[in-house]
Amino acid sequence: MAAYLPHTPGDIQRMLQAVGAASIDELFAGVPEALRLARPLALPAGLSEMEVAAEMARLAARNAPATGLDSYLGGGAYERYIPSVVGSLSGRSEFFTAYTPYQPEMTQGMLQAIYEYQSMVSLLTGMDVSNASLYEGGHALAEAALMACAATGRRRLVLGAGIHPEQRQVLATYVASLGVELKDAPVSPTGATDPQVLKELVDGSTAALLLANPNFYGGLEDGAAAAGLAHAQGALLVAAVDPVSLALLAPPGEFGADIACGEGQALGIPLSFGGPYLGFLACRKELVRRMPGRLAGRTTDNRGQQGFVLTLQTREQHIRREKATSNICTNQALMALRALIHLSALGPKGLAEAADLSLQGAHYLAGRLCQAPGVSLAFSGPFFCEFTLHLPSPAEGVAKALRQQGILAGLPLSRWEPGRTHDLLVCATEVKTRAQLDRYAQALPAALAQAKEAA
Amino acid sequence: MSSEPLIFELSSPGRRAVRFPKPQVSSREAASLIPPALLRKQPPALPEVSELDLVRHFTHLSTRNIGVDTNLYPLGSCTMKYNPRVNEDAAALPGFAGLHPLQDAGDSQGALELLWQCERWLKEVSGMDAVCLQPSAGAQGELAALMVVRAYHHSKGRSPQVVLVPDSSHGTNPASAALCGYRVETVRSDAEGQVDLEDLRAKLSDQVACLMMTNPNTVGVFEKAIPAIAAMLHAVDAQLYYDGANLNAICGLARPGDMGCDLMHFNVHKTFSTPHGGGGPGAGPIAVRGHLEPFLPVPRVAREGERYRLDEAGHPSSIGRVRCFSGQFGILVRTYAYLLAMGGDGLPEMARGAVLNANYLLARLGQAFDAPYGWRCMHEFVLSLKRQARERGVGALDYAKRLLDHGYHAPTVYFPLIVPEAVMIEPTETESKEALDRFAEALLAVDAEAARDPQILRSAPVSTAVGRLDEAGAARSPDLRWQPRA
Repeated sequence: MAAYLPHTPGDIQRMLQAVGAASIDELFAGVPEALRLARPLALPAGLSEMEVAAEMARLAARNAPATGLDSYLGGGAYERYIPSVVGSLSGRSEFFTAYTPYQPEMTQGMLQAIYEYQSMVSLLTGMDVSNASLYEGGHALAEAALMACAATGRRRLVLGAGIHPEQRQVLATYVASLGVELKDAPVSPTGATDPQVLKELVDGSTAALLLANPNFYGGLEDGAAAAGLAHAQGALLVAAVDPVSLALLAPPGEFGADIACGEGQALGIPLSFGGPYLGFLACRKELVRRMPGRLAGRTTDNRGQQGFVLTLQTREQHIRREKATSNICTNQALMALRALIHLSALGPKGLAEAADLSLQGAHYLAGRLCQAPGVSLAFSGPFFCEFTLHLPSPAEGVAKALRQQGILAGLPLSRWEPGRTHDLLVCATEVKTRAQLDRYAQALPAALAQAKEAA
Repeated sequence: MSSEPLIFELSSPGRRAVRFPKPQVSSREAASLIPPALLRKQPPALPEVSELDLVRHFTHLSTRNIGVDTNLYPLGSCTMKYNPRVNEDAAALPGFAGLHPLQDAGDSQGALELLWQCERWLKEVSGMDAVCLQPSAGAQGELAALMVVRAYHHSKGRSPQVVLVPDSSHGTNPASAALCGYRVETVRSDAEGQVDLEDLRAKLSDQVACLMMTNPNTVGVFEKAIPAIAAMLHAVDAQLYYDGANLNAICGLARPGDMGCDLMHFNVHKTFSTPHGGGGPGAGPIAVRGHLEPFLPVPRVAREGERYRLDEAGHPSSIGRVRCFSGQFGILVRTYAYLLAMGGDGLPEMARGAVLNANYLLARLGQAFDAPYGWRCMHEFVLSLKRQARERGVGALDYAKRLLDHGYHAPTVYFPLIVPEAVMIEPTETESKEALDRFAEALLAVDAEAARDPQILRSAPVSTAVGRLDEAGAARSPDLRWQPRA
C-alpha cells in the first residue's frame, strides 16, 4: 500500500460495493482511454519514512548553511535570533493544518492572530491599517506600486536608489504588461538618494515615489523630504522598510508615507534559502479598499460575543473575479503568525535591543574592517546594520579567501552591478558575538593579500 | 467557551518574554550614529507579556481553530489531505532552514539538487517539457504562466488580447488574466458541467491568447473534449492552460501534457500534501511545453555534470523574476519529501484513492441529496440543496453551519457559481472508510434535522467558540486593528 493511504483490500471491496462499481478503474470511465497514461510513471518507487528521512538528511548535508558559519550576508534576508516559542507555537497543527479562515466559527484562532498581526504591523510602521500578508518583499513592493497606480490613475513610478535589485525585477515583471514606466534615481556618494535628483524625476505624471529605507546599500533615506516631494506632485510615497530597523528608525507613518511595505523574514522566519518569507503591506486608511489580499476584522456574533471574520472581501478574486484589486488567494498566513509570535515575545524592549545590538555590532565591525589597509566605507552617510565596504581588490576574490576561513564576508555587489567590482555589502545582526566580529576583522588583511596574489 | 483577550490586553509595562545578551562592544548613543531627525520618536506600542502568558495566549487561540489534524476537512477544491510529519522534519533540518538565499552555489549544492529533482518529478507527472518552481502560490503560477503566454505571442509579433475562462472557473483565473493586462471573456458550461464547445467556437478568434481550464473541472467532471478543445485553440495559435487545482484526481494516471495542454500550474499545498498553514504559504510551480520554455521566470536550476547552479543569464527571453530569491524553498522541501514517499507507483494510487473516497461518500449521501451531475464523480462532487432550500427554507449555508456543531469544518458552499445552493465536498484519499462513514452520518443527521425542525439549522452553530458572525457589520464599519489608548 502506498504511503499515507488507509484502505485495506477489504475496505476497498466494501466501498466499491456501496458505489456499485466492480473496480476502481471503472470509476475512471469518464476519462477517455486515449488520454490515460498507458505506462507507469518513469519515477522511482515510493520510499519508507526512514528512507525519506535519510535522503533528505543527505541533501541537507550537501549544504553549508550560513547559520553554521560566521555569516555577514544580508541583502534582504537576515540571520536573526528566533525565540523558541515561535517555532513551537506556530507548529501547533490546529494552525498549520487549517485552510484559509473562510469559515469563521471554526477558525477564530487564526482570524484573531491575523487581526493581532495586522495591529502589530500597523503599530510598527505607524500606518493606519495592514493586510493579512503577501508572498514576500518583492511581491509586496509590486502590489504597493499597483495600488498607487490605481489610486492616482497614473502610470509612472520613480524609484529611489537602492531598491532591492531583485525586488525591482519583480516589480518590473508585474508591471510589464500594464504600460507602467519605471524611472530610477542613482545612488549619491552618501549612499542615499539625492533629493535634487528626485525633484527632477517626480512630476505631475508620477503615481508614486518608491523608497527603500534602509536601502540596498545600507544607506538611510530622508523619508520626510521624499514625502514632501511626492505629495507636492500629487504622487504617493511608498516606503519599503526593514521591520527590525523600525524599533530605531522613524516609521513610514511618521515621515508621511502613504503605503509601507517590505520583507518580514527578519521577524522570526528562518532563512530557508529564500522562502517561505512574508510580504507585509500597510497603508493610510483612505486606501484600504484598494488593498490587495485578505483582511481580518473584528465584529460580534449572534450571542453578543467578540469575534473575527475575513472582511472587505469584495476587493478579492473569489468575489470580484477580474475586477479584484489583486489575484492573490493563498498568502503567507503561517509566516504572519510567526511574525506575530516573534514580536509578542520580543515586545518593544526586546525589539529595541535586537535593533541596538545590530546597530552597535555593525558599527564596531565597520570600524574594525576599515583599519585594514586600503579598506573604506563606500558611502559617507549613516547606516543601520548593513553597510557597503570598498575594498582595494575585487570583492569576489576577497569573499572567496574568507570563505576558506569559514567566514561569509558579505555580498559582492558586482552580482547586481557589474561596475561595482570592489564593493562588498556587509551585515551584522544581534546574533554576532564580539569574538566573531573580531575574527572577521583579524582575517581580513590576510584575505586581501591572498586575493591580490590570486588576481 | 469565553473569548480570548487580544494579546495587547494581556500587556503590562515592564513584562517581557525574551531578553538579549548585554552588548559586548562599546555602545554608542544611536543619535551619535544616525541623525536624530531619522530616528523614531515613540517606541511602537507592542505588547509586553511574560513567556508563559504568551504561550497560553497562542495555545488558547490554537484551540479555537481546527485543521486536518482535528477532523475530516471536506472543503471542496482545496484538497485537505494529511500533512506528513516527516516533511516538517525535513524542512527544519539546519542544512535547509539555515541556508541563506544568496550563498554561493558551492555552499548550496544539496538545495539545488533538491530543486532540480523536484523539477524532474513534476515534469514526468505533468507530461510537459520544462518546470519552473519559482511561483509562490497557485495564483502567482497562473499570473507567471499568462506572462509566459504573452511573451510567446510577442515573440511571434502577435498580441492577442483575450483570455477565456469557463463560467465554473476559480476566481483567480480571471483575476490573474486581468492583472496580466488581458480582457476576460467567459465560456458557458453545458448541462453536463463541461465547456460548451459551441460557445467556445463562437468566442474563438485570433484575438484569443489562452483558455484556462481546470480538469477535472470544479463540478468534479472530467472534460472529455479536452483534446478537441486543444486543437481548436491551437488552430488560432491560442494556448491551453491547465489549472492544476484538481490534479489530485488524475495524478499519475493522465497527464495535462498528453491532453494537449501547453502549460499549467501545480498547487503543491493541495496535490503534494504541504500544509495549508491557515492560508499559506503554498507554492505554485508551473510546467510548460518546449515552445514556451524560453519565457519561463528566472532563475532556473541548471545542471552541468554533477554540479548545480541557478541561472539567469542563459534565459534572455524570460519574463523575468516573479519573486525574490529561489521560490518557496521550504515548501518545495516538503513537496519533494512527499514525492519520494509516494514514488512513481504511489502517485497513481493516491489519485485512485481520492476518486474512490469521493465516490463512496457520494453514494452514502445519495439517499438524501441531489447531485446535479450524476452519481459518479472524480475526486470531489457538488450537491445542490435547491430542493431543500425550496421545501424547508434552509439551504447550503445553514447545512454548512450545522455541520460545525458536529465538529466538522464546512464544505465549500455556493461554489461553483453555476450550481444553485452548491455544496462541494472533497474528502481526499487519506481518510479511512470509518472517517467517511462518520462524516456521511453527520451530514445525513443534519438533513434529518432540517426535515424535522429547520430552525435548528438556522440557529446553528451553537457549540462553536462563536456563533454566526455579523459579516455585513464588519464590512460596513471595518475594525481592522487594535488601537492603543491615546
